[in-house]
Amino acid sequence: MSVATPRDLAELRAFRGEHPESTLLAGGTDLMVEINLHGRRPNHVVSLGGIAELRRWTVVGERLRIGSMVPWAEMELGDLARLAPALAEAARTVGSPQIRAAGTLGGNLGTCSPAGDGLPVLAALEATIEIDGPDGARSTSFADFMTGVKRNSLRTGEYVVAVDLPIVDGWQGYAKVGTRNAMVIATASVCLVRDSRNGTLAVALGAVGPTIIRCHDAERFLVERHDLRDSTPPNDELVSEFGRLIAGASRPIDDHRSSADYRRHAVGVLARRLLERSYP
Amino acid sequence: MITSSYTLSVNGRRHEIDDSWIGESLLYVLRERAGLPGAKGACEQGECGSCTVVIDGRAVCSCLVMAASVTDSEITTVEGLGPDGALSDVQRAFLDEGGVQCGFCTPGFIVAVHHLLERDPQPSDHDVREALSGNICRCTGYGRILEAVHNVVRRRNS
Repeated sequence: MSVATPRDLAELRAFRGEHPESTLLAGGTDLMVEINLHGRRPNHVVSLGGIAELRRWTVVGERLRIGSMVPWAEMELGDLARLAPALAEAARTVGSPQIRAAGTLGGNLGTCSPAGDGLPVLAALEATIEIDGPDGARSTSFADFMTGVKRNSLRTGEYVVAVDLPIVDGWQGYAKVGTRNAMVIATASVCLVRDSRNGTLAVALGAVGPTIIRCHDAERFLVERHDLRDSTPPNDELVSEFGRLIAGASRPIDDHRSSADYRRHAVGVLARRLLERSYP
Repeated sequence: MITSSYTLSVNGRRHEIDDSWIGESLLYVLRERAGLPGAKGACEQGECGSCTVVIDGRAVCSCLVMAASVTDSEITTVEGLGPDGALSDVQRAFLDEGGVQCGFCTPGFIVAVHHLLERDPQPSDHDVREALSGNICRCTGYGRILEAVHNVVRRRNS
């Protein structure tokens, strides 16, 4: 086994060209658990922690570009939280302060767990994932990136460089439930984005299916019946039907963390709450 | 590319790590190879905070850091906080207030408190609770730990 610590993107690309099957180490909060407790023994490890370019975020016009190694702690508060409030809410629910100081959005994308807290936000905001690798750079939508439970469309040797998000004029939020209030993996999670300039809505569900689920039917239902640019919230009847459609869009399973029934119920409640919160 | 030997900078001192298995966690390397058993291993999955150390100004769980990936970093452990082996004011306050019972979680708490007070010399009770939310103690019920932190803040600001 070996560990490589490239200092910049050029070194990283060169190393991945030589060792395309090497294992990427981002914040370590997933990989080290597998090594410590589950006996995982990767052959070559490439640590991304020393590459300054991956730790930066920038605003370009009406878009936000977040490097794959920006830690959750940096998204929680400050300028980044003002520009991407749902991402900040998701970041605050990740693990403990120690985990948030280490874990990254790029790591969430690399692991691609359906319970990854950043992923519903990327789905609802229709993020673009910027990818690089030995065969050159490309980008893909989040919807095309996550392909299954812990599966993504990265090709051998590729890695995530950054995530590109719109800065939305409106309201956005993230809510999750777990078996306790803090330091918990999501049992069910929802991100809702209400664009009050364009009158559009986006809702994405986490931990209730093999991938993050976008709720196009529920979104369309509400947009067709209520002007979301308006400052008046939709009536109770619309809100409860919206919740039913959200629950219906989920595809949860029974597992050690929860039952399918509870998860289906929970996403409906969370989505209704977020919709109500979007009218402060 | 490192395969077995590397150097870590811990508490301002260089530690040569030789003939190790390269995938070892920083927690393991500190305790078993660098002679620094202050950080404690309990959950080894980032849940308990007993292994908290500061790496380049960030408080993290050393069990979730691959030691060979932080050869260019400055690492501070609980051993590096007091002046010349003496107790730091935070450690003294934990003892005075009864914030130490079995003591297993204490080093992680001490590192987390020093890290908090370095960033914020006058934290609110909420800030303290938030900053220590990743450190689990099964003995004290936290009351005495919080009191110890507030005592340090009062003394440092008086």
